[in-house]
Amino acid sequence: MKEILSGNEAIARGAFEAGCLVACGYPGTPSTEILENTLSYKEIDSSWAPNEKVALEVAIGASFGGGRALCTMKHVGVNVAADPLFTLAYTGVRGGLVLVVADDPEMHSSQNEQDSRNYARFAKVPMLEPADSQECKEFTRLAFQLSEQYDTPVMLRSSTRISHGKSIVRLGERVSDLPLPQLEKNPSKLVMLPGNARVRHPLVERRLSDLSEAGSSMAVNRLEMRDSSIGIITSGVCYQYVREVMPHASTLKLGLVHPLPQALIRAFAAQVDKLYVVEELDPFIETQVKALGIDVIGKEIISLCGELTPGRLRSAFGLPQPVEIPAEQLPGRPPNMCPGCPHRGVFFALNQLKAYVTGDIGCYTLGFMPPLSAMDTCVCMGASIGMATGVTKVVSAEERKKVVAVIGDSTFLHTGINGLMDMVYNNSPATVIILDNSITAMTGRQDNPASGFTLMDEPANAVQIPLLCKALGVKNIRVINPLDLAETRRVIAEEMERPEPSVIITNKPCVLIKREDVFEKGPVYAVDAERCTGCRACLKIGCPAIEWRPAGDGSRKGKAHIDPQLCTGCDVCRQLCTFDAIGSGK
Amino acid sequence: MTQQITNILLVGVGGQGILLASEILSEAAMLAGFDVKKSEIHGMSQRGGSVVSHVRYGQEVFSPIIPEGEGDILFGFELMETCRALPLIRSGGTVVANDLKISPPSVLMGQETYPAGLVERIRALFPDFLLVDGQKIAHDAGNVRAANTVLLGAVSRRLAIAEGFWMQALEKMVPPKALVVNKQAFLIGREL
Repeated sequence: MKEILSGNEAIARGAFEAGCLVACGYPGTPSTEILENTLSYKEIDSSWAPNEKVALEVAIGASFGGGRALCTMKHVGVNVAADPLFTLAYTGVRGGLVLVVADDPEMHSSQNEQDSRNYARFAKVPMLEPADSQECKEFTRLAFQLSEQYDTPVMLRSSTRISHGKSIVRLGERVSDLPLPQLEKNPSKLVMLPGNARVRHPLVERRLSDLSEAGSSMAVNRLEMRDSSIGIITSGVCYQYVREVMPHASTLKLGLVHPLPQALIRAFAAQVDKLYVVEELDPFIETQVKALGIDVIGKEIISLCGELTPGRLRSAFGLPQPVEIPAEQLPGRPPNMCPGCPHRGVFFALNQLKAYVTGDIGCYTLGFMPPLSAMDTCVCMGASIGMATGVTKVVSAEERKKVVAVIGDSTFLHTGINGLMDMVYNNSPATVIILDNSITAMTGRQDNPASGFTLMDEPANAVQIPLLCKALGVKNIRVINPLDLAETRRVIAEEMERPEPSVIITNKPCVLIKREDVFEKGPVYAVDAERCTGCRACLKIGCPAIEWRPAGDGSRKGKAHIDPQLCTGCDVCRQLCTFDAIGSGK
Repeated sequence: MTQQITNILLVGVGGQGILLASEILSEAAMLAGFDVKKSEIHGMSQRGGSVVSHVRYGQEVFSPIIPEGEGDILFGFELMETCRALPLIRSGGTVVANDLKISPPSVLMGQETYPAGLVERIRALFPDFLLVDGQKIAHDAGNVRAANTVLLGAVSRRLAIAEGFWMQALEKMVPPKALVVNKQAFLIGREL
């Protein structure tokens, strides 16, 4: 039985075949679809955690209870989960534990392009790196096996091209001979007090050295001799580019990228005339090969930044490129908030009020784009609130009023709560706007602890965000309808003036929510061409449903038009029209 | 080795159904006995941004993305995006595109105009450029939403995959209630 699967679908399949019982994570491109696919295997308990740290802790518990557990996140998620990860390396596991991390070289949907392989080395945890979907499945199975055999968590590193690339996979059966999970006490191994941890640390080091030795004869580390004048050490998707561009070069394809199989690397280096490392981002393999005293070329020719492509690899090796048709200068097509998006009115108000907006991670980061242009900072998940507090500590009393943090519901629950606790505790005068659209929208509409449903689509408690803010000690909590522009602007202006912490919560759902009872599409709007004066006021919100139609006489004149296919009837543009030219035609 | 690989680039705007079309294409190639790889970017681009999907098939495919300048067929769902992707196509390659313009934000806001003369520009570089009024043909066939399938039919005739595999792929990937209309749209496209 073979199927075309994405890397993420194949990792989910691998977890299923490996007898995995628990899969937990936090959505993040390009890792999100792994849990959306473990979901289809009823044997696996799949769930979204509020953040990556909790997700890993849930997986750790499942492992300590004796079950196999999968934990998934994007590269920056490991920063959040690093605390449990580093000590999990000391405790080791009971049931196999696999942490999948999906890197995003080129930053297709990320704020940085950190190389997660460094985490494997830093945390002293083995890491496997698949090069296609078949390997995603096989390596996931192997990762569970190695995890139990070596008593260690195992990281599986993917990247955007592997996770979102598709290729043919031969499916296997689920293993059925695993022991049933049950409680078993072993505090000297699982309670990391200094006395116990001192005993564990040498075991961690021995495990790595054992694995490095075993790695030289593992099938996933594959020495392929072809033309011996060029030898290339590579892994992951880079292996595919090497085979594509230099089909005659000899390759050492590493499946286990940490710890490196030193004996195998020495043997390969001895068999080729000139040795290269082809890897994206950091010189992770290269530096370690150089430390073995082996002469190798890597980052001298391959960039530290961005992803590799066949063309970029050709350039690095000075190979001929096909003649390309020159690129045309064309208008760009950046992503945009959807028609009817409830975030639009808030950013319009923030723009009008000339606020200094500390931003966060989500669809609303698009509030940065013109014409809304109302975001001044964005660093990481949950950072908006802490940054707002920090800014108010250094600027003048008058400027402090300008500082507003914006954060989505899912991001607030992820790591924003602590920032708000601090804001109240240390009495920051900044204003926080929680853009509660009842979903984790940017990554594709995942449920979260405030949405009322679990990943497995079961009804769940929905965190009451206003009550949570109250419990944190916020005295000024305002809930607003962000589609009412006048109210939105008035309330934000009032709270910006207030010299103490305040929270404004918007209450309209994402237009993309699938559940029919959540988002109601209103009557479609249209522009009355007789009344439209061509003042362009409605264009200031950047709605994709509104189009400027030039008069066609070469002048700047024209009229607005609303695309009835795209309009959701949110009413925001009507409120901007002072000539009463926009209406629902009702 | 590379010569035996067929490289198809599908381009358009988020929400146009590009991913489904590339899935059908990949499935048909697998059924025909080829190795297949496909790659695209999800995430930010789904919010109305440019979408590019690479499909490659042949005896053994390595890179999941088409090497720059080696695209054999450009399958465009929107004219400006088709034009943007031309540098990825080899000279002598084939371009099949939907006769559809979707204005990007800067054009909607009246800051730029949608570029004129795109069809002529493409035709100057690719003389056998096939421009298809997918919407109209699909509408005449009974469902305007089958426009992509008309285009896919047109592309299919330029590929070495037998008609039966396309039908099997459609049966697997298209919801049952839309299957008849889509098969019909596909066959009309296949005659273009």
